[in-house]
Amino acid sequence: ELLLSPLPTGDVAATFQFRTRWDADLQRGSVSHYRLFPKALGRLVAALGVRELHLALTQGFWRTRYWGQPPLQAPAGAELWVWFQPTVTDVDKAWKELSNILSGIFCASLNFIDSTNTVIPTASFKPLGLANGTDHHLLRYAVLPREVVCTENLTPWKKLLPCGSKAGLAVLLKAERLFHSSYHSQAVHIRPVCRDASCLAVSWELRQTLTVVFDFFSSGQGKKDWSLFKMFSRTLTDTCPLASQSKVYVDISPKNKEKELLEVSPPPTSLHEAVVQGDRKTYAVYDLLSPSLFNTSRSLNVQLKWKRPQDSSEMPIPTLHAQRYVGGYGLQTGEICTLIYNTHPYRAFPVILLETVPWYLRLYVHTLTIITKGKENKPSYIHYQPAQDRRRPHLLEMLIQLPANSVTKITIQFERALLKWTEYPPDPNHGFYVGSSVLSALVPSVTAMKDVDVEQSPLFTSLFPSSDGSSYFVRLYTEPLLVNLPTPDFSMPYNVICLTCTVVAVCYGSFYNLLTRTFHVEEPSRGGLAKRLANVIRKFRGVPPL
Amino acid sequence: QVQLVVPMAVVFGPGSVPGDLPRPLPFRDVQEMEISVNLRTTVTSRYEMRYRSTTSQEEAALAAATAREADAALHLLQDTTLGSLTMYVVPETSSLLPQGISVYVGKHRSALVRAGGSLAALQARLREVTQVMSFTAGSIAAALSDRVPDGQLSPDARRYLKSSLGYEITFSLLNPDPKSHTVDWDIEGAVNRYVKPVLDKLSLVANFSVDSQILYYAVLGVTPRYDKESSSFLLSAHSLPHVINPVEARLGSSAASLYPVLNFLLYVPERSHSPLYIQDKDGAPVSTNAFHSPRWGGIMVYNVEAPASPQASLPLHVDVDMARVMEVFLAQLRLLFGLSREEVPPEFLLEGPGNEGLSDWELDHLLWAHTVENIATVSTTLTSLAQLLDKIGNIVIKDDVASEVYQAVASVQSAVTKLSLGHLHAAFQASKEAVTSSERAFFDPSLLHLLYFPDDQKFAIYIPLFLPMAVPILLSLAKIVRETRLRKKEPTKID
Repeated sequence: ELLLSPLPTGDVAATFQFRTRWDADLQRGSVSHYRLFPKALGRLVAALGVRELHLALTQGFWRTRYWGQPPLQAPAGAELWVWFQPTVTDVDKAWKELSNILSGIFCASLNFIDSTNTVIPTASFKPLGLANGTDHHLLRYAVLPREVVCTENLTPWKKLLPCGSKAGLAVLLKAERLFHSSYHSQAVHIRPVCRDASCLAVSWELRQTLTVVFDFFSSGQGKKDWSLFKMFSRTLTDTCPLASQSKVYVDISPKNKEKELLEVSPPPTSLHEAVVQGDRKTYAVYDLLSPSLFNTSRSLNVQLKWKRPQDSSEMPIPTLHAQRYVGGYGLQTGEICTLIYNTHPYRAFPVILLETVPWYLRLYVHTLTIITKGKENKPSYIHYQPAQDRRRPHLLEMLIQLPANSVTKITIQFERALLKWTEYPPDPNHGFYVGSSVLSALVPSVTAMKDVDVEQSPLFTSLFPSSDGSSYFVRLYTEPLLVNLPTPDFSMPYNVICLTCTVVAVCYGSFYNLLTRTFHVEEPSRGGLAKRLANVIRKFRGVPPL
Repeated sequence: QVQLVVPMAVVFGPGSVPGDLPRPLPFRDVQEMEISVNLRTTVTSRYEMRYRSTTSQEEAALAAATAREADAALHLLQDTTLGSLTMYVVPETSSLLPQGISVYVGKHRSALVRAGGSLAALQARLREVTQVMSFTAGSIAAALSDRVPDGQLSPDARRYLKSSLGYEITFSLLNPDPKSHTVDWDIEGAVNRYVKPVLDKLSLVANFSVDSQILYYAVLGVTPRYDKESSSFLLSAHSLPHVINPVEARLGSSAASLYPVLNFLLYVPERSHSPLYIQDKDGAPVSTNAFHSPRWGGIMVYNVEAPASPQASLPLHVDVDMARVMEVFLAQLRLLFGLSREEVPPEFLLEGPGNEGLSDWELDHLLWAHTVENIATVSTTLTSLAQLLDKIGNIVIKDDVASEVYQAVASVQSAVTKLSLGHLHAAFQASKEAVTSSERAFFDPSLLHLLYFPDDQKFAIYIPLFLPMAVPILLSLAKIVRETRLRKKEPTKID
């Protein structure tokens, strides 16, 4: 599935989603046979007792405030969270092994995941697939905000697709274009799902998603028109012969009811209406499997033209969004501030906030203040796990009630710790990243939602369970922070060595001179001009010469 | 310095006792043979023969109509320890063996030998049989291939897989053209029927894991040449090395384990390239349409028959004939383990391995070779660790690493003694333990910490000290030199 949606700011978000379902029980049997499911991941899941695996590699930041609610957001860098089977005895060991193997598969530095950046959230992450127990000791969560995502991560990701990048929607995935964008996020989700409606047997579902945001407003001479060819420099020519579903959705929801602002060409095969994340959306659907699509022309190049320039003033603001920054001055103490906005006109709703702070920022929990509309807002649930130096990060989880139409400010102060000189990463003056905090909420929708067939609606609605029609689940990530730690002058040891050595050498030199120099009386020779002159004068005076 | 002892029983049937026996039956005898691998390493093989005459039960068994039945009946009466051999000597006129055949090697650890007149002739024949059934100089040399000087090794010896604690076998079906072919294979059934029995037998040697996958759009690296005469496509032998590389990128590495992987690929050629045949060096098509790559695995090309009518709808459904495929793959598997049956003299008759795919003595053959190889590997590993320590004195050997080294040495010693006692199985287990602990010692991460702290860096740090200190020393040295030179000149001056 490919979802193309123009964003309010004129950018275009393209979200690919590839789903592979595998009707097999991974936990049993010594001999395993793979058809469409990639073998590398299948073996991993079977060998390490993984129940659910979510890995996201992201470059850039999804600007919720301007781009609206993302289909599936991921924090900048690498994010990995895994639920293990209850049969796994040593979860930490399995987690370590898993992250190492994954770093090999995806060419990412996931092997830097260790106990200093792994946390066990209690409430924020729930299993998304079939699960009866939610014992959070089986959960591990880690973020590497420093991770840089590039082509070498995309290639193994593409290799996991049954058709590779040879056919179907995946031909659009050209690395050169994908990384020439303002946001790039690729993810792998593995979870167990029901095989059929009666849910007697378990299948494994592999979802590979890729979200790219192209900035056409600045690169396309102020025009917001786009086409597949402009975005990916390719067009769709065929489908993957193994796919049972292959569709392209284009978001053509009218911003205001009365006039059509945009037109798509060629005419879509059908229109699809759905309520996604509280908004009524209209999608133009191109079913690539229907033979009529490729009959007229050999390739499909979806184009979208705006009929008249859109006025940017009517930008809708998402119901829930958040900001985060570091406050304070100096290199000793600081303050992390998080602003959470609830723009819903009349409903209050709770939000779970998860903060993971590395140990070298020592949080002072007594300074935690939550202020909404000038009054203090007591969180109804707090889970705090203090850090241990070089072993465990801080974990702070809070359940906060957000009143309608409000801004909530959460501040907590910290002290910067001094690191050992070997613990600094290369280029320490760049600063230290603090991973994004995670906001999970059930957001009540503004428009009434009718029961939609979950399988029918495009993309991610089926990933998160929706409890009822009146609210929808949202997980947001705030910006990662960049904190400066007191950084020593790394050339200092060498300078000290140089200085001491010079002093020692000078001392040694003079001692050596004193000890080895031989003093001997010099025989008076005829002397120089002065001496002769003196002798001449002495002769005149009758004094013996020198 | 290693001695391999093969316990052997030579049983004389009625009427087959040679006339020139030195002593009355039963008696014992020892024969030794030296295999020199290189100047420093020699392996002594020692055959401890026990001569006796048949018991009444064995007589009854030997009275069977055919050699196969006799072999089956005798199997129940033998001692079945690994590595031991039993030879039954039958009279020269016996009808048990077919005409022109003087040796019959059964499925288990026994052979029927036609008596050949004198004891010396019989012993020469027995020696040939034992070499077939246990090990030859060549197989031992192949196991010690690291130490054999280059050029002395036959190309076959490089083909065998290195001894390892486990192997992963991956069957992959490559379908480069899913638009025109839907290929189905019943790999699960085939593995259970054909591969499982062999691996069960081999489970004594190593752990095996089997899996399979189907890869789409995986193409070979070379475009085959079109041959007009046969209207088919041909892959010549010299282009085969280039075939594997692009495929291998898609195979998926075994991330979850460290064992070597054996790949068996079944390639269904694209519609535009079929039928596809592999040519050998002389240009003749290879009958199995398959080839193997040493220490890597094998590839078989499976041609899909063109549909009778060109209008047949695509994709074409193909069911793979697994019996044909597995026959090739199993033959390749045997080759990779060094179990080929080529170098056998013509008057020998070998019983086919039957359903299990592997006879008992072939298993022994593997065990002998792997035990010797393991011992060689351990000694190489420990020697290189010692050399490394000599070279880089900074490395810290922790107590647990040291204990692993001791453990490895002890296991190797016990393996060597067990070999010289003829306990093949125990020796193999000990050698396996030795390999495990020596590898663990060698690859211990604690060895790496100070590995890269070379001396020139230390020197660079101390250069600010050494340089200024060296200046006065050098100056005074120069002064001394000048003074001695002056002093040499001075005497002539004064005088």
